[in-house]
Amino acid sequence: MRAAVIVFPGSNCDRDLAVAFEATGAEVTMVWHKDTTLPDGIDIVGLPGGFSFGDYLRCGAIAANSPICRSVITHAERGGYVLGICNGFQILTETGLLPGALLRNVDLKFISKTIDLKLGTTDSVFTSEYSAAQRVQIPIAHHDGNYTADAEVMARLEGDDRIAFTYVDNPNGSDGSVAGILSENRRILGMMPHPERAVDRQHHSADGQRLFASLTAQMAAA
Amino acid sequence: MKARVHIMLKNGVLDPQGEAVRHALATLGFEGVEGVRQGKVIELDLIETERAAAEKRVGEMCDKLLANTVIETYHVEFI
Repeated sequence: MRAAVIVFPGSNCDRDLAVAFEATGAEVTMVWHKDTTLPDGIDIVGLPGGFSFGDYLRCGAIAANSPICRSVITHAERGGYVLGICNGFQILTETGLLPGALLRNVDLKFISKTIDLKLGTTDSVFTSEYSAAQRVQIPIAHHDGNYTADAEVMARLEGDDRIAFTYVDNPNGSDGSVAGILSENRRILGMMPHPERAVDRQHHSADGQRLFASLTAQMAAA
Repeated sequence: MKARVHIMLKNGVLDPQGEAVRHALATLGFEGVEGVRQGKVIELDLIETERAAAEKRVGEMCDKLLANTVIETYHVEFI
């Protein structure tokens, strides 16, 4: 599997994401936001967490309009895989690759803690190694993770089995307790929790490891 | 020409910051405030002098970057 991790000014989970990809045998290239093209043969693009462009204007808004994002959108439109975590999820909604938006947490607090998630679907390259309705522990660390979408979008996400993860105890006010969603073709995952921070025995939990293992297994089979 | 862009969350989108301000006002004894919505104002200094062209251009800026039309509405005034 060949992965590209995009680095924006203010990204701070880019290295962790690269390490998590590499731990499952992926070959990772770091790509600067001002680059206009992705390296050849990339299977998956990782949009890392952090505070791209200082969260100015809206979280992810300026990153979504950076030069590399045009190539990321082209990659996605061609059926390429994309994983957006935290700020990466915000960037994906700002590009329109995923529906809805992420608002300020309902209690206005930045929340940084490991929380319980419930698997919404195992029908994706990201979640195939989990079991249905499995509970996992993965950390969150965000101020703007309050997922919002209109009733029509929510019905479509639920009806099409595109909700990848939900919060067991909704920490931020997200509609439908949504923690992560898939694109229509199921090849783009955006999620607020940080699976790359739960991949090692020395982490509080290693439950994020299966997400990367799922990717590797699916890519190897493809 | 100067354009002033007003951006607000759409009706129906919960505004946690506005709610916090409403509570703070109540705490200070300002009664009778039924709702608070917080938005933002962006001022643009434009070289363009023709109103119609400026309106079109600023509309494009709003749709592409300044507002997220999934959750926000905007209106532009020229001053």
